[in-house]
Amino acid sequence: MSAVEISRVSKSFNAGRADAVDALVDIDLTIEPGEVVSLIGPSGCGKSTALRLIANLLEPTRGEVLVNGKPARQARLDQDYGMAFQQAGLFDWRSVAQNIELPLELKGWDKARRRQRTLEVLELVKLPEFADHLPWQLSGGMQQRVAIARALAVHPPLLLMDEPFGALDEMTREHMQDELLRICGETSTTVVFVTHSIPEAVYLSTRVVVMSPRPGRITGTIDVDLGTGRDVETREATTFFEKVTEVREALRGIPATGSGVEAVDR
Amino acid sequence: MSGGLGRRIRRVWMFVLSLFLVALVWELYKWLGPQDGGTVFEWKLLPRANDRAMPHVWEMLSRYAEPERRGFDTPIIVVVLQGAWFSFRLALVGFAMGTLVGLGLAILMARFKVVERGLLPYLVISQTVPLIALAPLVVSWGGKLHIGEFEWPRWLSAAVLGAFLAFFPVAVGTLKGLTSTPPASLELMDSYAASWRQTLFKLRFPAAVPFMIPALRLAATASVIGVVVAEISTGLAGGVGRLIIEYAREATADPAKVYTAVFAAALLGMVMTGMVVLTDLVLMRNRPRETST
Repeated sequence: MSAVEISRVSKSFNAGRADAVDALVDIDLTIEPGEVVSLIGPSGCGKSTALRLIANLLEPTRGEVLVNGKPARQARLDQDYGMAFQQAGLFDWRSVAQNIELPLELKGWDKARRRQRTLEVLELVKLPEFADHLPWQLSGGMQQRVAIARALAVHPPLLLMDEPFGALDEMTREHMQDELLRICGETSTTVVFVTHSIPEAVYLSTRVVVMSPRPGRITGTIDVDLGTGRDVETREATTFFEKVTEVREALRGIPATGSGVEAVDR
Repeated sequence: MSGGLGRRIRRVWMFVLSLFLVALVWELYKWLGPQDGGTVFEWKLLPRANDRAMPHVWEMLSRYAEPERRGFDTPIIVVVLQGAWFSFRLALVGFAMGTLVGLGLAILMARFKVVERGLLPYLVISQTVPLIALAPLVVSWGGKLHIGEFEWPRWLSAAVLGAFLAFFPVAVGTLKGLTSTPPASLELMDSYAASWRQTLFKLRFPAAVPFMIPALRLAATASVIGVVVAEISTGLAGGVGRLIIEYAREATADPAKVYTAVFAAALLGMVMTGMVVLTDLVLMRNRPRETST
């Protein structure tokens, strides 16, 4: 069973009106469990829209989205995924722990179980001593880690991330990328990751999906195999830079020669 | 938060100082202003500065110690404070009713766009109806109302009129707050498949608090105004509104008297607002505070 299966999906906004926009046209994408897939492309290429279709925050105009083998809507109702956005979006009237407990409250967990799970995920994101802090007392990177902990609280098999590190400085960003890889390794979570940053996409992913705008389409996918134990040396390795170049050229619309790039419209 | 305490003490000082300044300006005008009023470009603008129109500040203050009228023992301060207490309870009832109605309407309007479009214009129009005209109507409607054992007490009309002024800022402010929720937070709640009710209580309401506090402040003072005006126009005895109108009739003989009641009414408004400020401090204690409030 695939973690995500998008078949022949199109999404138009304001369909039938003068200001109609084809955000996505005929997208096909299958993501297997354990994969980390980045969606990359210029603004307006529909990568965030694609993520929201998987999350069932938007309904496709045509086509079908399956998550964990069920319709996306059912997957949302079952909380089969966790989501993190560019803004950590923590509720500033709730403490760190209470923020993480929010999805568990909505699921109807009792207090003791909530508290226990919250401490587990706080441990996972290495912020156990900040449980009773208030969000605004934390740095941007720490807030984002809390947001990830919140997304992971319900044990989702799938993590959807919309430029989660986009607002962070470069150093924090690289650190967070390593943390994300570690967390996903420990929890064997599948990740769909929307980003603007080519190095970020290459570093995190097992597969980079390149998209182009007007109308939003998938123009290529690039398999990345940097191994499991990625660290600072990975970022400086030649293979890393080769992949970065490959993605960059795919984004320019130049068909890259060699392995890895294939049209998705099979 | 030591800085907060220092700031609060400074604020109290500023308030005392401003009272003193107002008194000073009053006395200055009384000293320099025309005794029988003055005209600017033939418009009669400048108020009369004589003792009948503008009693000295110390006369108003010392009047508090004297009895309400000759032959009585209790100083007038006791009388006006009793009146203020009476009106305070009415204003509190009015404020509570107005807040409940305002919240209910705001929730309805936030939930159903149609209700907002249909209802909001009428709410705005309702506030243009002069309270003086409405007061006798409410009294007569209330008088005709008999629900089982329930008899409409006279004071309830005054409270209802307070509520009539109070509900509007609450409804509008809360609606604004409930519909200003950050879209990303709403998406988050959607991703949890949260129901509308869960989103309302776990997200929309807490996020609306900063919008609701100023609205509640307005409602607190509005309920006082409503009650005071209602007391005057329905002739309800016992409250500070009635005292103001009674004492104003004696202004020629005892000009300082009416001010004792006027200040009591002002104090009433301040106490009501102070209660809202306290609520604000409690509700917002965990949130980041901007330096300007």
